[in-house]
Amino acid sequence: MTDSRAGRTKAQISFTLNGETKTVHAHPMERLLDVLRERLQLTGAKEGCGEGECGSCSVLIDGMLVNSCLVPVLQAEGSNIITIEGIAAGDTLHILQQAFLECGGAQCGICTPGMILAAVHLLNRNPEPTLEEIREGLSGNLCRCTGYTQIIEAVAEAARRRAIA
Amino acid sequence: MRNHSIVGKSVPRKEGRDKVTGTSQYIDDMVLPDMLFGATVRSQIPRGRIRRITFSPQINWDEFVIVAAKDIPGKNWISLISDDQPCLANEVVNHPEEPVLLLAHPDRHLLPQAVAAISIEYEPLPPIFTIEESERRSEIIWGEDNVFKTYLIEKGEVDGIWEDADYIVEGEYATGAQEQLYIENNGMIAAFDAAHGITVWGSLQCPYYIHKALMALCDLSAEKIRVVQMETGGAFGGKEEYPSMIAAHAALLAMKSGKPVKIIYDRMEDMAATTKRHPSRTHHRTAVSKQGKILGGEIEFTIDGGAYATLSSVVLSRGAIHAGGPYFWPSVRIRAKAVATNAPPHGAFRGFGAPQSLFAMERHMDRIAQQLGLSPVEIRRRNFLQPGQATTTEQVVREQINLEKLLDRALEVSDYRFKKERFAKENQGGTIRKGMGIAAFLHGAGFTGSGERYLSSVVGVEGWADGSVRVLVSSTEFGQGTKTVLSQIAAEALALPYENVSMAQPDTLEVPNSGPTVASRTVMVVGKLVQSAALGIKQTLISSNLLHEAYDAEEFRAACQEYIATHGRLRSWSRYEAPTDIFWDDQKYRGEAYAAFAWAVYIAEVTVDLTTYSVSVDDFVALQEVGKVLHPLLARGQIIGGVAQGIGFSLYEKVVWQNGRMQNGQMTNYIMPAATDLPPIRVFFEELGNVYGAYGAKGIGELPMDGPAPAIVNALADALGIHFDFIPLLPEDIMDALEKEGLAASSQESSDSLAGGIR
Repeated sequence: MTDSRAGRTKAQISFTLNGETKTVHAHPMERLLDVLRERLQLTGAKEGCGEGECGSCSVLIDGMLVNSCLVPVLQAEGSNIITIEGIAAGDTLHILQQAFLECGGAQCGICTPGMILAAVHLLNRNPEPTLEEIREGLSGNLCRCTGYTQIIEAVAEAARRRAIA
Repeated sequence: MRNHSIVGKSVPRKEGRDKVTGTSQYIDDMVLPDMLFGATVRSQIPRGRIRRITFSPQINWDEFVIVAAKDIPGKNWISLISDDQPCLANEVVNHPEEPVLLLAHPDRHLLPQAVAAISIEYEPLPPIFTIEESERRSEIIWGEDNVFKTYLIEKGEVDGIWEDADYIVEGEYATGAQEQLYIENNGMIAAFDAAHGITVWGSLQCPYYIHKALMALCDLSAEKIRVVQMETGGAFGGKEEYPSMIAAHAALLAMKSGKPVKIIYDRMEDMAATTKRHPSRTHHRTAVSKQGKILGGEIEFTIDGGAYATLSSVVLSRGAIHAGGPYFWPSVRIRAKAVATNAPPHGAFRGFGAPQSLFAMERHMDRIAQQLGLSPVEIRRRNFLQPGQATTTEQVVREQINLEKLLDRALEVSDYRFKKERFAKENQGGTIRKGMGIAAFLHGAGFTGSGERYLSSVVGVEGWADGSVRVLVSSTEFGQGTKTVLSQIAAEALALPYENVSMAQPDTLEVPNSGPTVASRTVMVVGKLVQSAALGIKQTLISSNLLHEAYDAEEFRAACQEYIATHGRLRSWSRYEAPTDIFWDDQKYRGEAYAAFAWAVYIAEVTVDLTTYSVSVDDFVALQEVGKVLHPLLARGQIIGGVAQGIGFSLYEKVVWQNGRMQNGQMTNYIMPAATDLPPIRVFFEELGNVYGAYGAKGIGELPMDGPAPAIVNALADALGIHFDFIPLLPEDIMDALEKEGLAASSQESSDSLAGGIR
């Protein structure tokens, strides 16, 4: 296969991905999204717009919610990355995944991985958000199917369950 | 009526777990060995003859697979209704972004520069861009008169009504293009080998549309074409017809290269090149008595179809039939017309013509009310269709609908009267204006007229030796819940647990043609067939003496096992049969247009800030009668999602055109609502029960797209006292309108004083 970046230097880049150490041999400017999807076969992060507007490529880097389509992989060196594949504990769904299922938070599913990561990020910072804070916390992730209401209800429900757990 | 144990309950979404864990396989998640990536070279001008195509020597073209029109084995068109849209432009181009050449290469990163290294020289021809230019016929760009299709619907004697009318109310209304903006861009993979022919996998709504298109294009027999739907990340009509084009392109590259080829559009290509909602113009002229009764009227409904016919004739038909709204017209003449322009073809988008014509109808009702000095509530109340009355196509309403009751309940839950009064007082000073707006409407479910008869859909249900059943349909899941609701129906019919029912992946090798997944037909029409095919399994087992009328899941399993041991397979098929009492005249456009209508009243509450001209929707009530609600959670999700798209259609989503090309084909400058832009959308169902659909269900998917725009714009008109007649209405449009009315100046003074004279 021809490599379009042939001649340019590739780098060894290491990070922790969903709890495991990974090392990739990639061009430093390669998008983290492509590295995850093409080199590491983690296809849960999706490309919706390629310019950081839709949030469907969202991942957590060192606890921060980022659009992986805007991150050169070099920036991930030494970081701790969580993708949708690292959210459930084996076969046990995360409380947010369960709430999304029960409350109708996922329709076509394409924004869902990013949306769930945005919700994880929100609840980590603010365990008992108001509905307005949930709207604000999810406003970087676009969903065309749901009109957001059932997503917001799912996040509120997950927060409630976690509070009483 | 017996108690249902599964329909009516919010069972878990069949594919939900895969979606929340990110393991669902969408087309871009699929990789085949030795796969190439494809790209499309497109026209950059709206209209012209191709003179010469030059390949820059900077690129080593030997590495690329290149396909042109001459490489097409069969017919160079995308077969749909009329075969006028080329798969690859040959001598002429008729719109920007028209596909001309195809490229494939193993490294997808090399494709953009290769596409840019091909230059096409044209002899430009004069283009036309608007409905009005098309009507002037200074240039003929399609057929003999630029007209794709016309319809005439006539009821009663319209010409005789004008003289006796107390009021004649006229208005003209326009709606803009709207991008479907599914978050998953279009994509396809095709593979070819001589023995099996072509297989395509992709993001799509209608497997058999693609199947048909590829047969003609590749000159292959039906069994040499296989179409498989992957998980599809939103569609909304936007993946009804254009996926046939992308599948065709991938197939041509795969045939020429002998390798699998993946084509994934990026957002800009998807927005610029694929279909959008048809822009429309509607003219109303209505005769009304002083008692506020509509005596009759003329409606001219015109849509811009873009450069090729594609689905415009059917979009036009639905728009025309819905143009009279949920009202009784003693006489009416509806002239509908789809015209050609040099823009990429417009296409299917949720609502399919009805949101356009209903926007006009519902704005016009408020205009009539205003001219008569009646309230928006009263003008509607006096003209609602009643059971036994006939629609504009003379379809007699047989259901025991009560639109006044729907209206009253919507007024109550929205607190309409109290708020309207309060806002009228509070709107006197300051820089905030609030308003309430109503839209009443209907939406026909299923294909129009004889459409379902022509489709003649087939559904299968298969029983397995382990006692589970599998539903075989080409109906696709793309978020709305097809898999879940059809499984519920099969489980209910067979009295089996929901978990014992699965859905076959839509794959033309496996599933029969249950018709396209469009037109709010899946639950009502396909669901009914699933019910009947499922009952066929039960009948087969009973008549083979393997099962009694009453049985449990274990007895059903034993019966399946024994039947399969003897006969090999347990399958049951059901084919659509038109109800015998339905009459439709395609020539006169008269009769039973739809097997059922859903009915709705939506109420919007808005605030306009006169300092920024921004609009917020503060409350939205969506009340509808859709027959039996089979899955309350999914149904509510459909309504909320549709309302959100309707809010976008009204206030946010503006396609900026230049020379027939979308200039704002990015999510940064084509703005759809985010979570912070939407109000809580409050959903209410009335269940009337329709005998026609599966377990009494009617169609639901498109309905919520019809009401938000008129409800919101009526609310804006209420807030500002300005008659707005077009959408989308962006802050700058509101500013212009206020300046024209001289309202801006006076409000400016007050805003200055509030802002401490900053300006």
